[in-house]
Amino acid sequence: MTKQYETVIGLEVHIELSTKTKIFCGCSTEFGGAPNTHTCPVCTGMPGTLPVLNRQVVEYAMALGLATNCRITQVCKFDRKNYFYPDNPQNYQISQLYLPIARDGYVEIESGSGKKKVRIHEMHMEEDAGKLVHDEWDDTSLVDYNRSGVPLVEIVSEPDMRSADEVIAYLEKLRMIAQYLGVSDCKLQEGSMRADVNLSVREAGTETFGTRTEMKNLNSFKAIAHAIEGERERQIELLEAGKEVVQETRRWDDNKEHSYAMRSKEDAQDYRYFPEPDLVPIVISDEWIAEVRSRQPELRSEKLERYKREFDIPQYDAEIITESKKMADLFEAAATTCGKPKKVANWLMVETLRLMKEHGMEAEDLSFSPANLAKLIDLVDAGTINSSVAKKVFEKIFTDDVDPERYVEENGLKMVNDEGALKEVIEKVIASNPQAAADYKGGKEKALGALMGQTMRAMKGKADPGIVTRMLKELLKD
Amino acid sequence: MANRISDETIEYVGILAKLELSDQEKEAAKADMEKMLDYIDTLNELDTSGIEPMSHVFQVSNVFREDVVTNGDNREEILANAPQRKDDCFKVPRTIG
Repeated sequence: MTKQYETVIGLEVHIELSTKTKIFCGCSTEFGGAPNTHTCPVCTGMPGTLPVLNRQVVEYAMALGLATNCRITQVCKFDRKNYFYPDNPQNYQISQLYLPIARDGYVEIESGSGKKKVRIHEMHMEEDAGKLVHDEWDDTSLVDYNRSGVPLVEIVSEPDMRSADEVIAYLEKLRMIAQYLGVSDCKLQEGSMRADVNLSVREAGTETFGTRTEMKNLNSFKAIAHAIEGERERQIELLEAGKEVVQETRRWDDNKEHSYAMRSKEDAQDYRYFPEPDLVPIVISDEWIAEVRSRQPELRSEKLERYKREFDIPQYDAEIITESKKMADLFEAAATTCGKPKKVANWLMVETLRLMKEHGMEAEDLSFSPANLAKLIDLVDAGTINSSVAKKVFEKIFTDDVDPERYVEENGLKMVNDEGALKEVIEKVIASNPQAAADYKGGKEKALGALMGQTMRAMKGKADPGIVTRMLKELLKD
Repeated sequence: MANRISDETIEYVGILAKLELSDQEKEAAKADMEKMLDYIDTLNELDTSGIEPMSHVFQVSNVFREDVVTNGDNREEILANAPQRKDDCFKVPRTIG
């Protein structure tokens, strides 16, 4: 007899805020700089230095809290979390334990198992650590402190998720909110969004939770899904064998698709938190909250409704387009410029998505300007180019953001609307394909297709197929 | 009321602080910590009911900086503090993972 198990998952999600400077000093947060070029005595923990809080960090954290239905903690403060590790030169991380910036929120997610609310326990501000690279040559580790002090918001959920599907839906929701707010780009690969997964299993129908483990080092949705499946199975196997799950931190190895326990004695989870003496409390007035709320940009659901209303596009189109802020911005700008929203929507949903897939790109990577898409649509509408040429031109817009007017001109892609010239070509085609012409005259409608194809080829695709069909039919009448 | 620090506690505090103490040093540290705890007991004799917890010694709040880059590439000065250096990185004993 096999028992039914339920997986219980809670998440700790770290989001790197897209401020220009670090949380406590004026060093740049830019990603990818040469090692240790964005460092100063504050973010390398030199004795005698003092941190000063970046106001923008508080506002971004408040915006995230408000957008996820949290209560803002109006008197909040920082605490020290003490631990020794070379990525953390102060030997403590400035974080929030006792009075975090936001609490008690929720987001609504939709997954294969339907709609549900995932509650947010709390959200706190903290500083990121440096980056360690292992040096194989002399078996040491090299430290780059560029990331040390980059502002993070950690979002702690309640254990409300039951499957990898729900976890991904929750992460996608958080990512969308953060991107719409403009508080983070949430790129998993660059580490600007990271998730630790707390997972336990219990027999279906039980009320109490099983012993949970925490998994770290998950940097793609795929890794998260695999790690959840793997850990669920590992815990069930233990329970089935009559063993116990040990509460521990495990590290996921994406290459081996396997997790292993991190050493526990040296990493004793005793952080001896205490109030951070170098920073004064933050008092957030009702006015400040109202101000941040009023500056909150339109979020997805509002945008979706407005697009349907203002641009008269179907629900389905609006859903696809607003899935990422980048796509929505492109749509809105192009639709406003050319005044043909449905056509803009079609270009985005068909050709753009196809090319994104082909290039393995995310919406955030799109770099063409909406003005060029708008011009392309105008060119097709004006009959300057036909739709198959337009697709080719669009590929150039997609990759190189070319100006379609100039590109069409320079490459001689304009449709030939001179019926005299077209007539000459069609007459030649008919003359050199007597069989097809005879078949058509004899009642075989399909034979027209062959003549049509020949004509288009002779015209290098630059003829209006409608006109060609009409003229072919006329000329074959005689 | 004299506080006692057990051998286990001093051992554990040593691990957390990454300190290796000789037996003599452990005894001395125990005595110091016991005195500190006794002092806390003295403070605890005060009646603090009705007094709001203090999170900072100054009556100051909301000290912020604007989000403007003020620091440039100081790597040479910063790396001058590195006990060991390799290229532009701090070199440290190998860490796990």
